[in-house]
Amino acid sequence: MATVTAAAPRATLPGILKQPVVRKLLLLALAAAILVPLANARWASGSWPAALTVDFSDQLTKASVWIIDNRDSHPLFLYFFGHISNAVVISVRAVYLVLLAAGWAGVTAAASLVAWRVAGWRLAAGTGIALLACGFLGMWIPTMQTLALMVVAVLASVVVGALLGLAAGLSGRMDRILRPVLDTMQVLPAYAYLLPVVLVFGMGVPAAVLATVVYAAPPMARLTALGLRGADKEVLEAVESLGATARQRLLTARIPLAAKELLLGLNQTIMMALSMAVIASVIGAGGLGDRVYQALATVDVGAALAAGIPIVLLAVVLDRVTGAAGEGLGDEPQPNGRARWVYALVAAVTVAVAGRLLGRLDWPEAWTLNIAEPVNRAVGWMTDHLYSGVPVIGGTADWAAHFTTWVLDPVRDTLQWLPWWSVLLIVAALAWLIGTWRTALTAVLAMAAIGVLGVWTPALDTLSQVLAAVAVTLFLGFATGIAAARSDRVERLLRPVLDVFQTMPQFVYLIPVVALFGVGRAPAVAAAVVYALPAVVRITTQGLRQVDPAALESARSLGATPAQQLRQVQLPLARPALLLAVNQGVVLVLAVVIIGGLVGGGALGYDVVFGLAQGDLATGLVAGVAIVCLGLMLDRVTQPTERRAKKGA
Amino acid sequence: MRLRKPVRTTAVVAGVSSLLLLTGCGAADMTKQASPFANAQGAKSVTLSVQSWVGAQANVAVAQYLLEHELGYRVDTVQIDEVPAWDALSQGRVDALMEDWGHPEEEQRYVKDKKTIVPGGDLGVTGHIGWFVPTYFAKAHPDVTDWKNLDKYADQLRTAESGGKGQLMDGSPSYVTNDKALVKNLGLDYQVVFAGSEAAQITQIKQFAKEKKPFLTYWYEPQWLFKKVPMTEVKLPAYKEGCDADPEKVACAYPHTPLQKYLNADFAKSGGEAAALLKKFKWTTEDQNEVSLMIAEQKLSPEEAAKKWVDSHESTWKAWLS
Repeated sequence: MATVTAAAPRATLPGILKQPVVRKLLLLALAAAILVPLANARWASGSWPAALTVDFSDQLTKASVWIIDNRDSHPLFLYFFGHISNAVVISVRAVYLVLLAAGWAGVTAAASLVAWRVAGWRLAAGTGIALLACGFLGMWIPTMQTLALMVVAVLASVVVGALLGLAAGLSGRMDRILRPVLDTMQVLPAYAYLLPVVLVFGMGVPAAVLATVVYAAPPMARLTALGLRGADKEVLEAVESLGATARQRLLTARIPLAAKELLLGLNQTIMMALSMAVIASVIGAGGLGDRVYQALATVDVGAALAAGIPIVLLAVVLDRVTGAAGEGLGDEPQPNGRARWVYALVAAVTVAVAGRLLGRLDWPEAWTLNIAEPVNRAVGWMTDHLYSGVPVIGGTADWAAHFTTWVLDPVRDTLQWLPWWSVLLIVAALAWLIGTWRTALTAVLAMAAIGVLGVWTPALDTLSQVLAAVAVTLFLGFATGIAAARSDRVERLLRPVLDVFQTMPQFVYLIPVVALFGVGRAPAVAAAVVYALPAVVRITTQGLRQVDPAALESARSLGATPAQQLRQVQLPLARPALLLAVNQGVVLVLAVVIIGGLVGGGALGYDVVFGLAQGDLATGLVAGVAIVCLGLMLDRVTQPTERRAKKGA
Repeated sequence: MRLRKPVRTTAVVAGVSSLLLLTGCGAADMTKQASPFANAQGAKSVTLSVQSWVGAQANVAVAQYLLEHELGYRVDTVQIDEVPAWDALSQGRVDALMEDWGHPEEEQRYVKDKKTIVPGGDLGVTGHIGWFVPTYFAKAHPDVTDWKNLDKYADQLRTAESGGKGQLMDGSPSYVTNDKALVKNLGLDYQVVFAGSEAAQITQIKQFAKEKKPFLTYWYEPQWLFKKVPMTEVKLPAYKEGCDADPEKVACAYPHTPLQKYLNADFAKSGGEAAALLKKFKWTTEDQNEVSLMIAEQKLSPEEAAKKWVDSHESTWKAWLS
């Protein structure tokens, strides 16, 4: 992978840029020539030198024990965290009670009518069907629990995100402080957020909601700031010349102008909150995620799917409805729009009351459909027939073993064999070539921090899995993306598949890959590839399709074959999109490789699972910080400066 | 720029006041906050913690079935590993832990010092952890059942994950284990490979068994899988009281542990019939295995499995209700 990222930009850089590249490399070589002998003389070892590590485990263990002992007595907890926790519990409970009081008919009616008003009758029907499907799968109560948790988490994220975004949108200094923080928060695997909140709040809903807020608020903040900053200068001047005060300007011009970004932010926040609400089942969130988690404990793919489908349905519905609301924003307001809202409200209340009077609040048990058994039978057949000993191509377990011995082991051994300073040098070179000296410095410091924390070896193990998975993902993703960009039919076929795959909870991927590939690093890599593939395919397709048609036309008129068009026109012109695909691929792969600790992926992911499972927060937190550093390093190494520059403008 | 300050102060004021409004003034003890999903709509409800192994699911399934159908409770279950479950139990976010394999440190902290958790009595099942090889392998090589001979078989037990050494497969990180220390202190040519979860470990064992391949695994009794894949325990140096006191220096077998139930202290006092039932809940290894096997092997839902067991063992559970 290292060669993939490095080679691509270097080979395609235009001539003018060649010289800075050479200069950067020369400078780096010079710095290395001075520093490496020094470092090597003092701490000669392949792995990170023990003299340079700091052991935090004692302090962390003490801190964690202190928190547990003082949680019910110390003022900090009684008067601050206690209130936060209490507020979360009360609000989630309130929403949950409202949802239960409305009954399944009331909730379905209300959701469909809201969808009808903001997104049209098609999506309204979709929403209704999706909610009924949750009931048919026997998941009504868990769905409502997840929904209650989501409502509170999304509201809190939106408030926090909008306030931060407002600050960043109005003040240049706040923007400069917040932007790198928010950028970084978006690339971190969700798993890393769980430990600190558990440390303070303990297992349960409050911790889950807070982790969700921390995870889901950044996109709202980013897009709010972006919208406020992007407002048309001329409109603002016109408003100012009319003598509007700053407050009026904000309320009547800047915020309405930013409405599209605000709704996009809401959409992203909802999607991220949903994915986190599922992962948070590891820390006692309850609801649908917990059903998936429980099913995984018994290798019950069918039951996991029964809980996974409602999650996917919720995700698709929420995504489409908020997306449609954003698109319909600029349209003319419909006549008597307000009256229709009133009809909708009255209808929803009527259905709820009718449901109540008929005593049909709970989903009737006779209406549930058991999909677990047929699914498990199918999975059983797959395991029986594809695992091993298939003639000619070999079984999936054989592939996994080969992948481990021929790809994962050599990559890991090479990384761990490389002297520590050379790893830092490679990181510096890659990050500097693609970015600025600042990004290079961040990347190197992040990598060094991993060494200082004393988890150098497991971190390189995780890194080797990430690299292998990214290589496979990019290979498959680019191939599929090119196919989809060239053929409308392929794209139409792929679209629903990609939609579903992108919203599936990461957990659901784990058990089928274990069934197919056994336990170890190979299944972790496989799950990561499946998870990251849709985003890579999508970005590649979009990038290729957005290539200027005029350029393609002229190439065609010059008699270029389709292969030549692709290689010489489309791919070079789509380079920013391809680089973005690499970046996204790396970030997503890391997120799942970490969760792969649950299926024998070992390394850092295992340490986090271990920390959560054993309440050994020292191990977990150190691994969590290392994951954060690894994510930061990987992002900086793959994030081209063009993107950064555009954002800064 | 001029706007920044008022906005921020309003936000702070609004935030703090809404917090206070929601929670009332004064102290808020987060260790006394139940799950928001508990007791919804005036239903009497109990929250049980489930651990990730099937035996624990079996306990909870039967308890849940009886609570719901005999006593009219609504039961929520939450999947939490053992150690975090102690913390959640102490905070009252779950009401009961049905199967604990022995956590002296937590017992000291929560039961003796903080008194937020009270023992709920024996589960009636005795647990034992050990190293196991499949019986077909033990029959072919009878001397493998002594740890001293394990090194002889390291070659045959090698996998892609274990590098040049033999593989000792461990399961979930949440389980009680000394295996890394054992391998080191007994000087064995083995590598501990963590499957990461029990689900992953079971899948792997079944695959090995189907191909009659040899393997060495961390495993425990009672466990329903023994009925599907017969396994023989490898003898480790005998367990003596206190030989596992220092986790770094352990060089002896695992003890036999009578599994315990624990209840949240408040729930034990005011939990009424539910608390009484959970305290009296006591069954045998055979009972637990019967339910486990229905859940894990016949793929019945825990509720159906519990119903089957309850229908055929009336005399056992009637005693818990009296």
